[in-house]
Amino acid sequence: MKFLGFLLLLAGWGIVLTAIVLLAADAPRVAFVLAGIGVEILGLVLVIRAHPAPRGEHE
Amino acid sequence: MTPASGPILSETAAALCLMFIFLVPFAGAGLALINTGLGRARSAAHLMMSSLCAVSIAAVVFFVWGFTWQGFQGGPAHILNLGGKGWDWVGAQPLFLRHVALDGSPASLAALLGMMSVGLAALIPLGGGADRWRLSATCLSTALLAGITYPIFAHWVWGGGWLAQLGENYGLGRGFVDAGGSGTIQVVGGLTALSIAWILGPRRGKYTHDGMPTAIPGHNSSFVVLGCMLAMVGWWGLNSAGAVLFTGAGPGEAVLVAINTTLCAAASALMAAVITGVRFGKPDVSLTANGWIGGLAASSAACVFVRPPEAAAIGMVAGALVTLSVEWFELRMSVDDPGGAISAHAMGGLWGVLAVGVIARVPPVGVNATGEAPGQWLAQVIGIATLIGFVLPLTYGLNWLLNRLRPQRVALEGERQGMDLHELGAGAYPEFMTHGDDFSPR
Repeated sequence: MKFLGFLLLLAGWGIVLTAIVLLAADAPRVAFVLAGIGVEILGLVLVIRAHPAPRGEHE
Repeated sequence: MTPASGPILSETAAALCLMFIFLVPFAGAGLALINTGLGRARSAAHLMMSSLCAVSIAAVVFFVWGFTWQGFQGGPAHILNLGGKGWDWVGAQPLFLRHVALDGSPASLAALLGMMSVGLAALIPLGGGADRWRLSATCLSTALLAGITYPIFAHWVWGGGWLAQLGENYGLGRGFVDAGGSGTIQVVGGLTALSIAWILGPRRGKYTHDGMPTAIPGHNSSFVVLGCMLAMVGWWGLNSAGAVLFTGAGPGEAVLVAINTTLCAAASALMAAVITGVRFGKPDVSLTANGWIGGLAASSAACVFVRPPEAAAIGMVAGALVTLSVEWFELRMSVDDPGGAISAHAMGGLWGVLAVGVIARVPPVGVNATGEAPGQWLAQVIGIATLIGFVLPLTYGLNWLLNRLRPQRVALEGERQGMDLHELGAGAYPEFMTHGDDFSPR
């Protein structure tokens, strides 16, 4: 899950870069940049969930 | 291969810029004291030693290799042609600062500021890994930060890279703007601190059997507050030097920058004190200090593009954000960050970067340019997407690989004994027994 999360982070960034290069009009460019950030947030959630709460380490 | 020409500084501007850069090490001293004060007494000498080593490694690696990739605006760089536009990806300077005239030229000032800034960025993860991060691992991780992560992003922002070119190439404001390094220094360091905290795991005793965090208070709040004061001096220099060197501000505007920096930190610390006072009944020193540092981190990006009331508003938001995120990271994400580095530097810095787009009025580039450059907010959002989508995986991946080759966390015995005795053979306070289990014989 951690690997997938980081992959989504990179994929989201890729969508942002692609939007800048390929889309000239303002509205679609903004929409795709925000979509890329949405994918990044999804990746971040997966990465966070892949680092579970530690238990039973109290001395 | 060589992009548009770089900035031109008068002799006065160059001399003042040099003076501003000379102040930056105060920020490093401040962060070292804060990290040490918020850690345990039995790891105090180790943390100060780690700070000194991190700054040293960062300076040497940046001299040998880092500036090769960071470069400077107008210097040689690797450029890709994408969609008919030149994308400046990475610097192509010779190694060892060769071919950089070390005579007060903008390139030489950028190299010196880079050397100081990368040291500052390298100190930030020490707060996240305090009390359990081995000294040798700290040095190796710092080398990766100073040689790879920091120079790449710094080139994109300060070296005339593709983020800085967003305005020129795609009409997005003035391109990504980060005058004093909210993103370039603070967020890059803060995300590295998050990676380190994840990889190391929490300190033993931090979480109970049912997963609830326990309080492990810092051992010296006087260090922490003194560190805050020292950090402010360093930030005056950092923000002023960045504003002159990377945004073309006149040396006289350093007054505005210093006032904005101070107000932002002050408003942030006061907000943190009020929030903790209301929530816990009494203001909390460590969270107020984190609020102060978060305010400084947030102040950097927009320091020369806002009026003082707006700087205070940025600080107030930063103070609330940092205070709440410290709790969120500890309670919800189970991230043990003894120095509050992730909240203060990463969250504060991200807010500072965004504030350029939503609060600041960034004028377009050009001698007679007036008004506000449209699309600035989108350039800032793209910068944030790059920090989260590229810098976080990069810094995590590098440190994960390092951890596979050589575990970064100290052995259980070392954590029980204290990092000072285990790794250095001597404690910071040999004549004091501050806690029953400190310096206990094994």
